[in-house]
Amino acid sequence: MAILRVDGLNAAYRKNRVLNDVTFSVEPGTLTGIVGPNGAGKSTLLKVMLDLHPKLSGDVSFFGSPHGKVKTRIGYVPQRGSVDWDFPTNALDVVMMGLYGQIGWFKWPKRSDKENALASLDQMGMADYADRQISQLSGGQQQRVFLARALVQNADLYFMDEPLAGVDAATEKAIMMTLKQLKEMGKTVMVVHHDLQTVEDYFDHVLLLNRTVVAHGPTDNIFTKDNVYRAYGGALRFMKEA
Amino acid sequence: MTLLLSPNTQWVLLSTLILGMAAGMIGCLAYWKRQSLMSDALSHAALPGVVIAFALYGSKNLPLMILGAAISALAGAFFIGWIRSSSRIKEDTAMGMVLSVFFGLGIMLLTIVNRSAGGNQSGLDGFIFGQAASMVRSDVYTMLALGIIVMLVVFIAFKEWKLYLFDPDFAKGLGLSGRWMNAVYTFVLVLVIVIGIQAVGVILMAALLIIPSVSARYWTNSFKWMIVLSAVLGGGAGVIGTMLSAAGKGWPTGPFIVAASSAMFAVSLLFGAEKGLVVKAVQLRMQKKQLAESWTQHAAIEEAQ
Repeated sequence: MAILRVDGLNAAYRKNRVLNDVTFSVEPGTLTGIVGPNGAGKSTLLKVMLDLHPKLSGDVSFFGSPHGKVKTRIGYVPQRGSVDWDFPTNALDVVMMGLYGQIGWFKWPKRSDKENALASLDQMGMADYADRQISQLSGGQQQRVFLARALVQNADLYFMDEPLAGVDAATEKAIMMTLKQLKEMGKTVMVVHHDLQTVEDYFDHVLLLNRTVVAHGPTDNIFTKDNVYRAYGGALRFMKEA
Repeated sequence: MTLLLSPNTQWVLLSTLILGMAAGMIGCLAYWKRQSLMSDALSHAALPGVVIAFALYGSKNLPLMILGAAISALAGAFFIGWIRSSSRIKEDTAMGMVLSVFFGLGIMLLTIVNRSAGGNQSGLDGFIFGQAASMVRSDVYTMLALGIIVMLVVFIAFKEWKLYLFDPDFAKGLGLSGRWMNAVYTFVLVLVIVIGIQAVGVILMAALLIIPSVSARYWTNSFKWMIVLSAVLGGGAGVIGTMLSAAGKGWPTGPFIVAASSAMFAVSLLFGAEKGLVVKAVQLRMQKKQLAESWTQHAAIEEAQ
């Protein structure tokens, strides 16, 4: 049974239609790369699925239910640039935020919650930075903190918006190892990804997106030159003309 | 000094203390919501409501004027949101528009009411620059009750505020409604403004929200301590400003509170433990010194070889 089903999704930013009749479904235990040119609507797709941006029409269901009923089973790693890292807090505190749903609203975190968060930081190789101000972390370290925050949520389905953007090789490796571990644990992960070179190594499924689904399925069958050209073709042609 | 010992003055001091603390705490929320200017727009927008409430009731009645101020400020908040979402006008421009239009309207109404019978004894002018001394015991009770409610809202939902201010999208994913948090935020912001305008006045109320939180930022890297410190600085400024203004007859409270608060800011800017200019300069100097020492050591080793 599909863990995520998206049917006829349309969305727009003011005058521009960004998503056009997007339809696909994702099987549990898969690691999918969402790939497409700039402005293809990759981030928007995540935001619309997670009710962070309004949709014009279409249906999205997780585990057979609408988003509102299964929020706690879904983890989201936003783009690193979407928050203000000057906010006065430390790495451990940010990871703790992933537990707020489980702790319950208006309750104070317990010692066990703190230990839980520390373990998650440790898993991302960031245990030594628990008390570090988030403004004093490097880009890669900030990304790891975001990932630790998602891990501690213990969700079944994860959405990550460009977790590999602007990180160094060590962080990229650490993050990919974590994603593969998540997959082995039976979790489902969807990742917005930019680097075409690494798609085949990193993901077992690919969703080629350019405002609509160009192709979707197992990487071996779908990530062909032909399909990639169809997804990026418009942009390439535009570049030649210019 | 005997003035300070009178029971009424003590009550007034207590109320500006609580007001300063509540404003300091809410100011931190506004600071991280990047909406410090919003508090200025809303406090100016409160003036027409105060004057209309007075005109309708016929004499000064604080709860009623607070209600008027709240309605008027909320209308201002609504217009700012509406202008921003339904036109291409940006939020700062919308705030500027609402601030000036509402304040202009307020002054216009105030002039009319003051010219009419009974108006000139109303003490309505006190709402512009603040007149803490004009508060009576029941006014103080109202302020205390509302101020404590505001502080409780910050305290009880501390963890939720932190999450909402740092990463609203993630908060929404966990089921914390951004719309609700924003509504509560606007509510407590307006509450602080309306209880403050009698003591500090509509023009300077924003200073009490903005200055303590910015000063606190220079001392700490923890959101919790920033709120605590901002409350302490705000409360301190409230008390000191009120005491200073009590030294002369008819001196407005607002400007003195702002002066006290600004002095604290100047100290924070220079000597703040985390971001203060002096501390930064000392750190830079020490780094340079260390570097120079390591160079001399290297040179000595090379020479020895």
